[in-house]
Amino acid sequence: MSGKTGEERPAAIQQPPADAALPAAAGSRRPKAPVRRQSSRRRFLRSAFLVGGVLGLAMLGYVPVAGARRTRLRPPGALEESDFLASCIKCGQCVQVCPVAAIRLDDIDSGFGIGVPWIDARAQACDFSCDAVQCVLACPTGSLTYRKPASLATRPGMPLARAPLLKAKEKDAEPTLNLPERMGIARLARPDSCLAVLGKGFRGQARGADFRGRLRYVERDRWRPVAVRDHPYERDPCNLCVSECPIGDAITMQVRVAADGSRQYRPQPLEQCVGCGVCEMICPVDPAAIVIDARQPWAS
Amino acid sequence: MSASERLRVMFGAAPQKPQRITPAAQQVHQLKRMTKADFAALKQHAHDHKLVNHRWRNRRWAVLVVVNLLFTFSFWLDIQMLEGSLTASRFVGFHLIDLNSALQVMLAHRHVIVNLFIGTATVFVLWVVLGGRSFCSWVCPYHLVAEWFEWLHLKLVAKKLVSDHEFHRGARSIFWLAFTLLALLSGYTVFETISPTGILSRALIYGPSLALAWVLLLLVFEVLYSRRAWCRYVCPIGLTYGMVGAISPLRVEYRLEHCFHEGDCRKVCLVPHVLDVVIKGRAADLRTPIGPDCTRCGLCVDVCPSGALVFDVKGLNRLL
Repeated sequence: MSGKTGEERPAAIQQPPADAALPAAAGSRRPKAPVRRQSSRRRFLRSAFLVGGVLGLAMLGYVPVAGARRTRLRPPGALEESDFLASCIKCGQCVQVCPVAAIRLDDIDSGFGIGVPWIDARAQACDFSCDAVQCVLACPTGSLTYRKPASLATRPGMPLARAPLLKAKEKDAEPTLNLPERMGIARLARPDSCLAVLGKGFRGQARGADFRGRLRYVERDRWRPVAVRDHPYERDPCNLCVSECPIGDAITMQVRVAADGSRQYRPQPLEQCVGCGVCEMICPVDPAAIVIDARQPWAS
Repeated sequence: MSASERLRVMFGAAPQKPQRITPAAQQVHQLKRMTKADFAALKQHAHDHKLVNHRWRNRRWAVLVVVNLLFTFSFWLDIQMLEGSLTASRFVGFHLIDLNSALQVMLAHRHVIVNLFIGTATVFVLWVVLGGRSFCSWVCPYHLVAEWFEWLHLKLVAKKLVSDHEFHRGARSIFWLAFTLLALLSGYTVFETISPTGILSRALIYGPSLALAWVLLLLVFEVLYSRRAWCRYVCPIGLTYGMVGAISPLRVEYRLEHCFHEGDCRKVCLVPHVLDVVIKGRAADLRTPIGPDCTRCGLCVDVCPSGALVFDVKGLNRLL
């Protein structure tokens, strides 16, 4: 260490070990007091850089949020996005209770959204296999909630006209889901590739042999979801998005008889669609012809 | 050191020499000054008998690993003992919510539901009883990893390949204030984005994430530039639990008459400013509780060859 004279060295050693570790001031030829002053000034500058640097890095988390590169499909019962990010404590209890493992947690590339749950519907949709919207029940902070406090924002078109009917519970005393708002809305995004629109049927595994997604098939097992690949279909025309939809009156197959007597089909989401994503998951064409517009209201 | 003085030191002030020293303590200080040779002999005796051990460290590591694995296996094996992660969880159904995460969420969202309140209150009481910052050394996974990397840092320091660059400890108080204000003003839980505690806890339970790269960066910074920098100068979780620990009866106590003032305790300590009292002539009384910034990790208890530092429960002496 330059600038440290023989006289200063013992003085530095007698200090508590904490101070001894400080670097000596470079180029200083003065007695020890200025050296010490300089080292404490350096420590102050270092600390200021630390504070600025760490806070700056933390605030970078705003970039992905502000950029809104993607609107995530959130689990059922989620508050509006900004309320959701504020209230989510990033614990993942919703992940743990989901019987089909539809919920995953966001990573640091989502900035402030780190550790916040979302659903990749194409990979594994929420099929309400749990019957009771367990993730809402598990949430400790009210990020996912059955009943939103009046003070929190609600956009028009988000509340459902009536409690959604869960087809699997049709025969139960209470056949509806406790879900006042939709997660999003289904939309036939690619009618050109929709098998029904093309008048084609479908045979086989809806998403191929490697697909890991699961779905509840009530007629096979009321409680345990089954791998989609273990449940091949045979349909003509293809109507998987309509038949596999877990909610009553959420989607219908429009049939139009053309002038030449041929029938034309088109799946049409209805106002009771909750945006769970089962239609997007089960759609056998790739990319899916029908998709969920995450967090979008019913508009029509 | 008075209780308020100990608080000041936690928030970043440098420890001061005591104004008043009790007659009994003065006598011991006097005694020590006069019989240097005898003390040297006693010191030798303690070293010869290898009174240094790793008992508390081993117990602590075991607890830390078991707690974190309980989270992991509750999910993996679906045993439902401790569901969630360190930020919020349910222990056999009872809500537990990390105090700093709760603070961030409450300020960002400004709406507190009953479960959030219950979980926070439970954890508050839990850590008042268990020592506040004992959360850091007995539960926080980053603490354990940082401890391992600290060993590497100390090896490199011994080889003079790196040196420890200190920061002002007041930085942590600034961070605490800044993250509190940011949550309140921005409406986002800003600190959670970079919290290695949350990131590691989630990674242990839900699988690896990109965020682990940030944790690794912190560790590399600590190895190459500044010893235990995150825990010492940044982490607001530590300060939150430190404030809780200020009213905790569980602490480490310093016993002047047993001390040889070798300073080994200060060398192993994460927060050596709390051990300022062990410097010769600094103890104001025969027995002094160690400040609230102490993580109750027990490294000093292990390393002290003469039993001058012991775990103590206020009002329940000799329980441990």
